[in-house]
Amino acid sequence: MAHISAGIACSHVPAIGAAWDLGKDRDEYWKPLFDGFEFTKQWEKANKPDVVFLVYNDHATAFSLELIPTFAIGCGESFQPADEGWGARPVPVVEGAPELAAHIAQSVIEDEFDLTIVNKMDVDHGLTVPLSLMFGKVEQWPCKIIPFAVNVVQYPPPSGKRCYHLGKAIARAIKSFPEDLNVQIWGTGGMSHQLQGPRAGLINREWDNAFLDRLIEDPEELSKMPHIEYVREAGSEGVELVMWLIMRGALSEQVDLVHRFYHVPASNTAVGHLILKNRD
Amino acid sequence: MSEKIYADIPGTVIFDAEQSRKGYHLNQFCMSLMKGPNRARFLADERAYLDEWPMSEDQKLAVLARDYNRMIALGGNVYFLAKIFATDGKSFQYAAALMTGMSQEAYAKMMLGGGRKVTDPIGDVNQGRAG
Ligand SMILES: [Fe+2]
Repeated sequence: MAHISAGIACSHVPAIGAAWDLGKDRDEYWKPLFDGFEFTKQWEKANKPDVVFLVYNDHATAFSLELIPTFAIGCGESFQPADEGWGARPVPVVEGAPELAAHIAQSVIEDEFDLTIVNKMDVDHGLTVPLSLMFGKVEQWPCKIIPFAVNVVQYPPPSGKRCYHLGKAIARAIKSFPEDLNVQIWGTGGMSHQLQGPRAGLINREWDNAFLDRLIEDPEELSKMPHIEYVREAGSEGVELVMWLIMRGALSEQVDLVHRFYHVPASNTAVGHLILKNRD
Repeated sequence: MSEKIYADIPGTVIFDAEQSRKGYHLNQFCMSLMKGPNRARFLADERAYLDEWPMSEDQKLAVLARDYNRMIALGGNVYFLAKIFATDGKSFQYAAALMTGMSQEAYAKMMLGGGRKVTDPIGDVNQGRAG
């Protein structure tokens, strides 16, 4: 049977992708950030997944205002890195896991989470930047990837509680898939940042670190936090952090912390990163 | 619409259903700039390109002036507006600094120093309120 071996949390910032693609990762500004992922790259080599279930959000790339799905699962065979207005990132095509994705979609919808099924879409920096951070520069991504897009652009995004319980449904679905697969689940976005208006540049180091503590130790309570607190304390774009609760919901109640990293700034954003080993 | 619980957050417009409705054509115009040929046509004659969209005159003037706070007040969302500053060859950090009313240098320094604190005062910049 398929199993979830680990969960990963990681911010996704377009400037990180640009710095990486332009070979600036050893520059004074970027080095401390990329150093925080050196451990992870080695760890991913030693614990190579067959499939990554990658929770992220689209940033007005594949989804315009014509269509705003709250939860969308990518069931296609492959997904192209998108041109977000700067030209597409020079990274490998994302190979999907259509059979597992279709199984998860069916199981999760029967479990009363009404997903949108997407067979064709381009994937933006929200998905490809975490792949670069975990796997580095590669000719081909080392595993299959199921993109799972969450609306956090138009308010309200799904609640933290809804996300947490969805994670549990995704875990049930993965565990009932008959093939022997090592699956990782990643939650991306955040941490504190605000990209708009006179309050742009907001960072809340204390709040972010308390969020990390609670995500590891007491996710159930954390999942009850209302949106308004994210917006006030972590900025209008910090609300992306609800996506981390999908990842956490898919893991056992107690987890083993393998790696923790926090860095400010990456452009306008606080970057947080966790590797959590699943006990189930 | 009744008063929203997020209305009192300073220097912040929440892109909710009401803003999204107001900004539909503005944001869809931004989406069109994802295509290279459209970017070229827009830059060649911005006004003519904008006139192809059923946007309000205020929205068009805000785009021409690159007044991002005003665009946001008129229903724009920053991830859509990013297509405009990308067309101009500018970064998210450039646009964010502009919206705070700070110089690029002062904003970059603030970020290197750990960013804006929740308790820091918000600069007195034009927030594009009217309309
Ligand atoms: Fe994001």
